[in-house]
Amino acid sequence: MTLRLPPKYVPLAATAAVLVVLYAAGCIAYDNFGSLRVLVSLVGDNAFLGVAALGATFVILSGGIDLSVGAVVAFTSILIATLVGRCGVHPLAAMALALALGAVFGAGMGALIHCFGLPPFLVTLAGMFFARGMGFVIHEQSLGIKHAFYVERINQDLAIPLTGHIHLPFTALCFFAALVLAIGIAHYTRFGRNVYALGGDEQSATLMGLPIGRTKVLVYALAGFCSALAGVVYTFYMQSGNPAGCVGLELDAIASVVIGGTLLAGGVGFVAGTAMGVLILGLIQTLITFQGNLNTWWTKIAVGLLVLAFILLQNFISAASRRSVAAR
Amino acid sequence: MATDRSQRIRREWLAKLVWPVAALALLLAFNLLFTPGFFHLEVREGHLYGQLITILNHGAKVMLLALGMTLVIATGGVDLSVGAVMAIAGAVAAQLINAPGVPFPAVILAALAAAVVAGAWNGMLVGGFRIQPIVATLILMVAGRGIAQLITDGQIITFTDARLVYVGNGHLLGLPFPVTIVLAMLAVTALLARKTAVGLFVEAVGDNETASRYAGVSARTVKFMTYVFSGLCAGMAGLVAASNIKCADSNHAGLFLELDAILAVVVGGTALTGGRFYLVGSLVGALLIQALTTTMYARNVSADVAPVPKAIVIVAVCLLQSETFRRKIAGLVRRRPA
Repeated sequence: MTLRLPPKYVPLAATAAVLVVLYAAGCIAYDNFGSLRVLVSLVGDNAFLGVAALGATFVILSGGIDLSVGAVVAFTSILIATLVGRCGVHPLAAMALALALGAVFGAGMGALIHCFGLPPFLVTLAGMFFARGMGFVIHEQSLGIKHAFYVERINQDLAIPLTGHIHLPFTALCFFAALVLAIGIAHYTRFGRNVYALGGDEQSATLMGLPIGRTKVLVYALAGFCSALAGVVYTFYMQSGNPAGCVGLELDAIASVVIGGTLLAGGVGFVAGTAMGVLILGLIQTLITFQGNLNTWWTKIAVGLLVLAFILLQNFISAASRRSVAAR
Repeated sequence: MATDRSQRIRREWLAKLVWPVAALALLLAFNLLFTPGFFHLEVREGHLYGQLITILNHGAKVMLLALGMTLVIATGGVDLSVGAVMAIAGAVAAQLINAPGVPFPAVILAALAAAVVAGAWNGMLVGGFRIQPIVATLILMVAGRGIAQLITDGQIITFTDARLVYVGNGHLLGLPFPVTIVLAMLAVTALLARKTAVGLFVEAVGDNETASRYAGVSARTVKFMTYVFSGLCAGMAGLVAASNIKCADSNHAGLFLELDAILAVVVGGTALTGGRFYLVGSLVGALLIQALTTTMYARNVSADVAPVPKAIVIVAVCLLQSETFRRKIAGLVRRRPA
């Protein structure tokens, strides 16, 4: 008897398999690859990408796309750095302001998309230009954050000691917390179900009486919030803000979502898959670093090929399920 | 009857062109009033110089990309990979021009061939495998820069060959050579699109793929060809870009130009949903974007802040073109007197 996986879990299983195979390959090929230190830095280094990708997952599930991710992360980071470093605002207040701004910015883009029927692609593209430029308006260069809150609280007090030398950085904790919240929102709230319905078929969702407009605006607000949160995590990680940072982060986020098994047309996918997708991107980078001879551009080629593989897999599955429906 | 229809099409064409041209005129008028020397033209060594020529010259890359992008968008697709394809074409040209014994035409042909192959890859994924265009071209957008770096071995390859430098910096009949390339490509594209059935096929596929299939138009082939053409245009833009700075920089060549190209097309009146397309509109859109950038530089706005006004203009032009927005505004205006 063969074990039959429901088709909707196949991409998720494939993502998990890729993750395990990559990790196992690394462990076999290189000494110390399997060490706790590598694992911890894998999660810690990719935490801000992970948080941003969680937001992108919701947008893509709803059938949209958000290209403003990297710019909003950079904007948030420099906003916090300037407020803390130059204006003497407490970091927590600066973070709260930045998160609120991110959500409002996202909601604004969502409103433009919903109210005037503009393509999401275009609106978030303009949003990307806007946020990137505004970051430079605030401060033109990268700015370090030397506030005691950052230096002591975040890096020392809030890191969890795993063994004598190795600490799980606070950024990783932020990622885990955001992941748990995102899974909760996607699968256990009415809003989450509306997002899936909207992405599956907007017309049907409208006819069923679901609040399309509110859901759309909220999705982009959530994505803006996640991007701003990723910016906050970025400041924890870099201990600085940089208006020129994170160029192209939106592509990494979208690639993580696709590798995580979410259908780019919307309506199908899992938040947990995105987390695995982020780890796969991180693993590829780590593998190439360990290899030493390969240059970083191989990362780009490998990521491109993985994205292609997952899209072909999705196509194959949807074609197969259409055939089985037709056969019935 | 026939003249009636062609008149209607002509009127629609003009109506679409009004907004980008008006925006461009507004911008130029602003410069006429507030930026001294913006309209200053001079002839040096038989070549025209001045801010207006700079706009044309620097806008050439986006104009080239916009030509190919217009056809792709008209089929309901989008090509995100053009920036990366530019990097690939530049890398191939720079590597071959430095290799001994390769004739110059072969260098150009090889670079364009590489770009066409990249376009064919996109066309195969979109037309053949029916992958959504954003995703299909995203793959090459991510991997393409990697491939370009693979070709140049991660180095920035400089070259001094006068013929290749001419492509981006030379002058023909007083105009910068890139402008000549754009005009030639516009002529070829317009002839193909408007004097043969090709344009009709493209619009048919973009408007209604199923209906056009029943009418005997192969959507697969049409889509495939538009991506190949977009690749070719990107290849030319890549040659100009590399020649401009006399080197192939795989990391930065054409970075974000795909976005400018898409904006140019949309600002020019072609809808992202496909269907009717406007080649001249796209070129005006590209000029508008470049004029905006040049204005900002002329007024000492830092290059980093320049995207902010750009974003505002984009949203404004798109809102003006949005049916919903017009209806809502019209509703507001009508309600007020009552």
